[in-house]
Amino acid sequence: MSALNIRHVDKTFGSTQVLKDISLSIDSGEFLILVGPSGCGKSTLMNAIAGLEPVTSGEIQIGGEDVTWHTPAERDIAMVFQSYALYPSMNVRQNIAFGLEMRKMPKAQREEAVARVAELLQITPLLDRKPSQLSGGQRQRVAMGRALAREPQIYLFDEPLSNLDAKLRVEMRTEIKKLHQRLGTTIVYVTHDQIEAMTLADRIAVMRDGEILQLGTPDEVYNDPVDMFVAGFMGSPSMNFIPVTLVSGGDGYVLRVLDGDDPTGAPLELPWPAERDAQALQARVGERLILGLRPEHFVEDETRMETSFDGTRLEVMATVVEPTGADILLQATLGETEATMRLGPKSRVAAGERVALRVDMSRAVLFEATSQRRVA
Amino acid sequence: MSPHVSSPRVGGKGRRRSLAGQVERFLPRLVVAPSLAVALFFVYGYMLWTFVLSLTDSRMLPQYDFVGFAQYARLFANERWNVAATNLVVFGGLFIVSCLVIGLLLAIFLDQRIRQEGALRTIYLYPMALSLIVTGVVWRWLLNPGLGIQALVRSWGFEDFTFNWLVDSDMAIYTLVIAAVWQASGFVMALFLAGLRGIDDSLFQAAALDGASLPRIYLRIVLPSLRPVVFSAVMILAHIAIKSFDLVMALTGGGPGYATDLPATFMYAHTFTRGQIGLGSASAIMMLCGVLAILVPYLYSELRGQRNG
Ligand SMILES: Nc1ncnc2c1ncn2[C@@H]1O[C@H](COP(=O)(O)OP(=O)(O)O)[C@@H](O)[C@H]1O
Ligand SMILES: [Mg+2]
Repeated sequence: MSALNIRHVDKTFGSTQVLKDISLSIDSGEFLILVGPSGCGKSTLMNAIAGLEPVTSGEIQIGGEDVTWHTPAERDIAMVFQSYALYPSMNVRQNIAFGLEMRKMPKAQREEAVARVAELLQITPLLDRKPSQLSGGQRQRVAMGRALAREPQIYLFDEPLSNLDAKLRVEMRTEIKKLHQRLGTTIVYVTHDQIEAMTLADRIAVMRDGEILQLGTPDEVYNDPVDMFVAGFMGSPSMNFIPVTLVSGGDGYVLRVLDGDDPTGAPLELPWPAERDAQALQARVGERLILGLRPEHFVEDETRMETSFDGTRLEVMATVVEPTGADILLQATLGETEATMRLGPKSRVAAGERVALRVDMSRAVLFEATSQRRVA
Repeated sequence: MSPHVSSPRVGGKGRRRSLAGQVERFLPRLVVAPSLAVALFFVYGYMLWTFVLSLTDSRMLPQYDFVGFAQYARLFANERWNVAATNLVVFGGLFIVSCLVIGLLLAIFLDQRIRQEGALRTIYLYPMALSLIVTGVVWRWLLNPGLGIQALVRSWGFEDFTFNWLVDSDMAIYTLVIAAVWQASGFVMALFLAGLRGIDDSLFQAAALDGASLPRIYLRIVLPSLRPVVFSAVMILAHIAIKSFDLVMALTGGGPGYATDLPATFMYAHTFTRGQIGLGSASAIMMLCGVLAILVPYLYSELRGQRNG
């Protein structure tokens, strides 16, 4: 059963349209992440779901019931805010119990609920403190506790981790994932951090300028992006976009990498894998396209022993070498563009040297240059 | 500071320039010293002198026959002083509470993102810019039964309408409250508005999701977090109330009779017009004690707050 169903929702502030025909539905127990650059309308969509902002048109259903014009209190929803929004004059216990009190739950039951979430989130020792006496991570926990105490149908999280430092953010991320697995709650979670999106989500909705560009599993969004924006937004370091011309080779198609500096020299040519769908390419021979290659689609040629990787060979000039510890990021010129490649940590590449690489063209994606839409 | 003025401790050449250094160091103190001396003399010196006079038998002119605390005993036996002190309690209490309530309501009202907020805020704040004398005179006309509100309503045909508090010795003290509240509640509103603006919008949203109605959000969440503002407002209003003098002089002149006397007008009357300098000084010292009773705890908590913060 779908826990939340959003149908053709529009939202305008004055003359600016902030949400454009948003439709999505979430199954009970699903973890949906809205991801997108800031200002794309994520919070506005959350507020619309919560009933904090009326929608301009469209319909919102929760648990099969039309709640488009219900007040926030009438919707069975709890929200965790980016600023935590803890009530400053109340202690942690009162913060957690406030929603229950407003819903006229008897005191004994309230205390039981507080004790339960406090234990779940390991904040029992903090119950008598005021929010001002808590650290950022503790406030974050209390904010989650306040949401959990009510046991609503749907949880909304609006960038809950963005005010934490990097280490705590990773810890809380894991904790949220554990909680979700344990409690099987339905969650809509907003973030502008694509790593959070990839690690937490059952499904991801990538938004830009008030539109949902793609809605799919993390794997779909990452490996099968619908356009250059989604492809570039997901993944870090982000996907390399290399201008190419599609030419018809002997037994298939070849992507000729454009090289602005050196039009006379022998151009780099990458063959399009024969087993991949060539229907879409037929009409585009001779056209200028954008080839999308992720940094991990490259492998140093010497490492072929360790992998069963059999891609296309190419040689590039390393311009910058950035060891991250777990691997080495290599910047190299590929045609007109500076591309990033992720090499194994044992690589001996040095800046200024030529490196032999293989590229896995079976995972490459092709985009139309002007519309930025996916071609193949 | 100019770079070539070196500290006197640096030897040789530095020592020759040390005169300039000395001047530079002492100049600020030298400049401030006269005004500091004047302030010390006129504020604390005269406070001390007033206290000394309150222990004497001075009448028309200051003289120094010490009578101990006899003037204080006379003061507390004085019917007029007791009226003034009672008036202060009534006036101060009503004034503070009304200003807080009206100021808070206006601030909440203005905080609802209404249009023309800037203009309204200015209108509410304007009375504060007026001298209390002007306020007093304006309200004296408005409340004058023959000229103001009563005359106006009667001219509309309600012949029996009476609103003559200004000349009613039981009610006149409330006219002071009306005028003072009119003057100061805009200022209290500004204090509260600043406090409300500091409250994160998401608090309202969180409370709305928790199922709280708007009045309840204000009562349970917003007001408690405005406690420091309430405290400051009470402090400021309380000392305005104790020092009220010009408003009384302009609005009622202390009358009818001495029905609207406040300690400040009592002090003025006895010290300067009735030749009772000793008694007047004693009442002045009592007012000082009142102000200190409010100010000292306030300063104490402020300073302690700063150290903690
Ligand atoms: N109350 C409002 N009035 C006018 N414009 C708004 C309002 N709230 C948000 N917006 C605009 O809507 C857009 C989306 O905002 P928001 O949903 O907060 O973005 P995000 O959460 O994705 O960063 C922004 O351009 C913002 O300026
Ligand atoms: Mg946002």
